[in-house]
Amino acid sequence: MDFSEYKNVYVFAEARDGNVQDVALQLLGKGREIADKTHSSLHAILVGYDVKKEAQKLIAAGADEVLVVDDKLLEEYVTEQYVQAVYHIVSERKPNIILVGATSIGRDLAPRLSARLRTGLTADCTKLEVEEDGSLFMTRPAFGGNLMATIVSPRHRPQMSTVRPGVMAKLPADPKRKGKVTEIKVPFDVEKMAVKVAKVVKETIKVEKIEDAKILVSVGRGVGRENLPLAKELAEVLGATLSGSRAMVDAGIIEPARQVGQTGKTVRPNVYFALGISGAIQHLAGMDESEFIVAVNKDKYAPIFKVADLGIVGDVKQVLPVLIEEVKKILATKA
Amino acid sequence: MKIICCLKQVPDTTEIKIDPVKGTLIREGVPSIMNPDDKAGLEVALRLKDKYGAEVTVLSMGPMQATEVIKEAFAMGADRGILLSDFKFAGADTLATSSAISGAVRALKDYDLLIMGRQAIDGDTAQVGPETAELLDIPQISYAKSVDFVKGEFVVERKVEDRTYTLKAKGPLVVTVLGDQVEPRYMTVEGILRAVQEKEVEIWNASQIDVDPESLGLKGSPTQVKQSFGKQLKSAGVTHDNVDAAAGAKLIADALVEKHIL
Repeated sequence: MDFSEYKNVYVFAEARDGNVQDVALQLLGKGREIADKTHSSLHAILVGYDVKKEAQKLIAAGADEVLVVDDKLLEEYVTEQYVQAVYHIVSERKPNIILVGATSIGRDLAPRLSARLRTGLTADCTKLEVEEDGSLFMTRPAFGGNLMATIVSPRHRPQMSTVRPGVMAKLPADPKRKGKVTEIKVPFDVEKMAVKVAKVVKETIKVEKIEDAKILVSVGRGVGRENLPLAKELAEVLGATLSGSRAMVDAGIIEPARQVGQTGKTVRPNVYFALGISGAIQHLAGMDESEFIVAVNKDKYAPIFKVADLGIVGDVKQVLPVLIEEVKKILATKA
Repeated sequence: MKIICCLKQVPDTTEIKIDPVKGTLIREGVPSIMNPDDKAGLEVALRLKDKYGAEVTVLSMGPMQATEVIKEAFAMGADRGILLSDFKFAGADTLATSSAISGAVRALKDYDLLIMGRQAIDGDTAQVGPETAELLDIPQISYAKSVDFVKGEFVVERKVEDRTYTLKAKGPLVVTVLGDQVEPRYMTVEGILRAVQEKEVEIWNASQIDVDPESLGLKGSPTQVKQSFGKQLKSAGVTHDNVDAAAGAKLIADALVEKHIL
């Protein structure tokens, strides 16, 4: 395989309901760094229906070019349609690197695409490094977050990875940035689109996105059902969002969308309160990048204290009421 | 109806420890289990069998020890079991694994549905389902929570974040199943007896499947592990284990003020 034919960095800019997702901007942030280091250009692939309006946002986030496939066929995400659209572009353009967000959609699309290209794919990466010659080092957790592995693609191009949302930092949007918008017409093979969407039901209860929160009050087994109201009150006075551990989701006490960790979401808020969370490695994998971690736990040997910036060994039932009062007092003096 | 169900034997990752010096996995004493998402997939297959009648063939790849999960599948109600076991399969990444599975599926010829778990708990890639579907050139539906069969079509409910899709497709197709959406059945005594007395696991080597041998094992793997290491945790801050609740709360409040959160 002649690697010199394969050039530049391509990011799949995931859009839902016509809106570009934050993970796309995060990947463009990282993609920009990779493109600059390898003296190449950064391209965003924007696929969907009524998505063209989002192109400028991707340029502002670092893309040199946005390739748009805007088609009614792409209104709902269905694997084959989307793979055909992206494949049409990348089989012609021959990227050196393709990055896809490790979202539900990205992790359905990317392996189908990589197999069609007969190239490799590294799942759910949390770190990407590139050499000047364009070789990509993709690091990801395995064995439930117990082990990290760095993966390379020595004989195949494009080098592909899905990247965990919330891990790469987006660039500050630069609305004056110039870039090219290229509209692509895809000759869809409708025969192959064998999966039909019969119905889509959106959940009506809207859960705040924990990955976007600046402050998270996260609850674990040590909070349980009985002390949840205290944690909720703390979240309310702080203007924080409630999240929690897998144990709390499995027990049905909080919604699955609020779960932090290997099987939940990765978060990096400014402040993360770990209340009654022991800190299993699977949980730490989802939150240890938080800027400031406050842990309260009865067990002084709990692993959460190994990552906490400030740890209090104590009972959440006793600490929280005082903390809530303290916070209210401080806020009152500032009002 | 003919269903093929892929099962992986995996180490129970909740029991895994890391050698702190070498940064490698300590596998000794770690129990091996049927991968939870795959077990859910088998349950989905068995429900179709209960409802409509089906022949359920389970397919696994790995060392001879992996016959254990196939026997467990017999005890749950599977009809036939095949283990792909050959050094030529060793060192496979997800694409080479998918090549082996697609080769076995082609050798089995006649099937309506190929079910897999969404992902395995040791690798967590969720790639083998879609990659196998692509290599077989059949459609895929991932993250399924249920599969039904109505008027000659599979009707799949899939859960993706805040929405549930009802999708329809004719077989053959690949469905990947979400473990947390399906409660698998237990083995029955009758099933265990049948598994021991009547059922044999068929062992297939690389020459028995329908695939280009170059696409198997380490040779057929585009990705390679360059390095693996234990996860570096960020350094600990300060933990106070001798303060009362009020003093502890005060320490937190002070820190929030200092960080300009309050």
